Amino acid sequence: MTTVEHAENQVADGAAAPKLVTADGVPLKSSLKRAERRKKLAAFFLVTPLLLFIIVTFILPIASMLWRSVDNPALVTYLPNTVEAIETWDGDGLPDEAVYAAMVDDLIVGGENRTIGQVAVRLNYEMSGARSLFSGSARRADELEPPYKEALIDLNPNWGEISTWRIIEREASPITASYYLAAVDMGYGEDGSVQFQDENRRIYLPLFGRTLVLSISITLTTLALGFPIAYLLATLPMRYSNLLMIFVLLPFWTSLLVRTSAWIVLLQQQGVINEILVSLGLLSDDNRVQMVYNATGTVIAMTHILLPFMVLPLYSVMKTIPPSYMRAACSLGAHPFLAYWRVYVPQTVPGIAAGAILVFIISIGYYITPALVGGQSGQLISNLIAHHMQSSLNWGLAAALGSILLAGVLILYWLFNRLVGVEKLKFG
Amino acid sequence: MRSIALSTTVLAAGGLLALGAGSANAQETSLTVVSWGGAYSESQQRAYHNPYMEANPEIEIVNDDSSANALAGLRAQSQAGNVTWDLVDMLPSDAQLACDEGLLMEIDHDEMLAPAPDGTPASEDFLPGSLGDCFIPQIVYSTIMSYNTDMFPEDAQPSSIDDFFNVEDYPGRRAIQDRPAANLEWALYADGVAIEDIYDVLATPEGVDRAFAKLDTIKDELVFWTEGSQAPQLLADEEVSFATGYNGRIFNAAEVEGQPFAIIWDGQIVEWDGWVVPLDTPNLDAVMDYLYWATDTQRLADQAKYISYGPARASSADLVGEHEDLGIDMVEHMPTNPDNYFAPILLDNNFWADYGDQLRERFSNWMLQ
Repeated sequence: MTTVEHAENQVADGAAAPKLVTADGVPLKSSLKRAERRKKLAAFFLVTPLLLFIIVTFILPIASMLWRSVDNPALVTYLPNTVEAIETWDGDGLPDEAVYAAMVDDLIVGGENRTIGQVAVRLNYEMSGARSLFSGSARRADELEPPYKEALIDLNPNWGEISTWRIIEREASPITASYYLAAVDMGYGEDGSVQFQDENRRIYLPLFGRTLVLSISITLTTLALGFPIAYLLATLPMRYSNLLMIFVLLPFWTSLLVRTSAWIVLLQQQGVINEILVSLGLLSDDNRVQMVYNATGTVIAMTHILLPFMVLPLYSVMKTIPPSYMRAACSLGAHPFLAYWRVYVPQTVPGIAAGAILVFIISIGYYITPALVGGQSGQLISNLIAHHMQSSLNWGLAAALGSILLAGVLILYWLFNRLVGVEKLKFG
Repeated sequence: MRSIALSTTVLAAGGLLALGAGSANAQETSLTVVSWGGAYSESQQRAYHNPYMEANPEIEIVNDDSSANALAGLRAQSQAGNVTWDLVDMLPSDAQLACDEGLLMEIDHDEMLAPAPDGTPASEDFLPGSLGDCFIPQIVYSTIMSYNTDMFPEDAQPSSIDDFFNVEDYPGRRAIQDRPAANLEWALYADGVAIEDIYDVLATPEGVDRAFAKLDTIKDELVFWTEGSQAPQLLADEEVSFATGYNGRIFNAAEVEGQPFAIIWDGQIVEWDGWVVPLDTPNLDAVMDYLYWATDTQRLADQAKYISYGPARASSADLVGEHEDLGIDMVEHMPTNPDNYFAPILLDNNFWADYGDQLRERFSNWMLQ
């Protein structure tokens, strides 16, 4: 500050300097710039921990997921000779002896180093039986004698199939599109062209569709239930609304698993609700309603769990709407309903938008609750992603499904931005 | 359920105490043993871990209930170059995959395992076909069909896999596991395929269609479970009248918790379960010492005091006696007891290694439709 004051003094003194300088002769402009830069640097250092945290825990995992969805290292790394030799193959008829010899070399090395399993796992995604083809052949590869072509076909007739070699040739590149194809229910046909799977094997596209439909239903039900609650909270006197607020937040603080299990107890066929309906005579004993282990269960339980995410943004927006607007509209002659619809509701749009996008994005990736109460018809795409991560261990397919989901969210966000405007979002 | 929760708390408290006591000792080695949790881990704790820790106070054994995702965990740890598991309880099919992928230590069975008391080397004492390149079996278990006896009239209790598929005479919903293994075998068995032909039929597209067609006949009545503990829970709640499950869990629920469950031994799907050692475990010497001790004849027979799974060594069979707490004779509850072993289906791991990916996809698809 002193430098600036000094410069001002100089001006005030009326010194006829063409340029403003500080006491030590540095031009004021660059001195200011330096101070500014220092401030920026300090600010940057203050956010560095957070930035690093976000890079390590968010950006890098997403990048590695995107990479894993196309990464295809198994054949290039563990069948190096075959990958090189098969380049000369024209795709008509079986490959020649050189390719078979290269395969035997790779099988011997892969069997000794126990790396052939990774090739087997990779190719088994493309063709049933590849696992035993590779693991079994590797176990006996060092006993084989030339000519290797006959020897390998003798060992396992699959080596004599052109389709086997076509798959090997196709997957012999470090980048593959097959995970993405599988994730949209497509695959390679006999002739190598891309085509849809048979009707009874299409699974992911319908599931993406179901995820979308269920997430929209959940968003709409939370809005329908949450709007009146938020309105009540925002208009009641403080001492009542605080109590109500605790009722909204209490379940929010309760463990997710406890709440989900509670819904099972309530909704199952021998559960509380069915028992009440039967004892009231509204249902016959052998005609109980199936409310859990299906899509209904998923929607009910997730609506309950995500309700606070809708109520809180709505409440924070409604709290800021002056009640005098409504009174003004009424005093100007509007019917209360019309005033409410034309004056009040439009002002809550930022809250509706924030709540809706929050609930929708959370529910599109939800998986614990659908896994427990969803049965077979209430599963979401995230359950299949979890399945491929943990059980089938097809991490490439899981990554491809995850990337598509991510792209879907980004597109919806973009649409939202175009339609509502992201600057209107208000969370509190 | 409460008794399990209670015993876990006791175990956890015991673990904390052991941790506190151990910190005074600088020589302490901590072994992380990965297993299935629940009644099964408890049987291992009581048969192996506790006596071993008593005899070797410098060793502390920590349980990790991650076996359901063991293969994923082994792969992830190997890729990250940070192996934190010392011993893993695994199914033989997963163990074979992990072994082929170079994630596990290869086992020289006669060198690394104790011989039988009469001197028979380990490779001849373990049940035929049960030893793997990297795999040491502990138990023979089976996936069985069970039912709630309260839900059927006393004179019309189900007794076979056929009855499971007979919705008219045996009404009620049925809980099955959300994976094809066992379910497809049963579907073909109930459709009249001889047990020895099941996998040959299932290897053909027509056979797969036939199995799914049979499952279709009861699809409206099906509920799917994921975790082993869900099956007894669904049965106890009378949410379903039949549930497939692991024989030890059903035994536990029926005998220890007093649930009205009965087991249908017809068509039981028999499989092994056992230990593998992750490659690059930091405590290799301690693990091998523990393994030599925990797989000897007496120790394997001891586990059968706590859960109804058969020991994987021939020499252990005669030592199986009474349940430690209940005093009931365990022999009649073993899947391998001749009274129960009249129509076993031996799970074919090679078949599932080859066709598993495709069938699992078809099965999930069928489930979701």
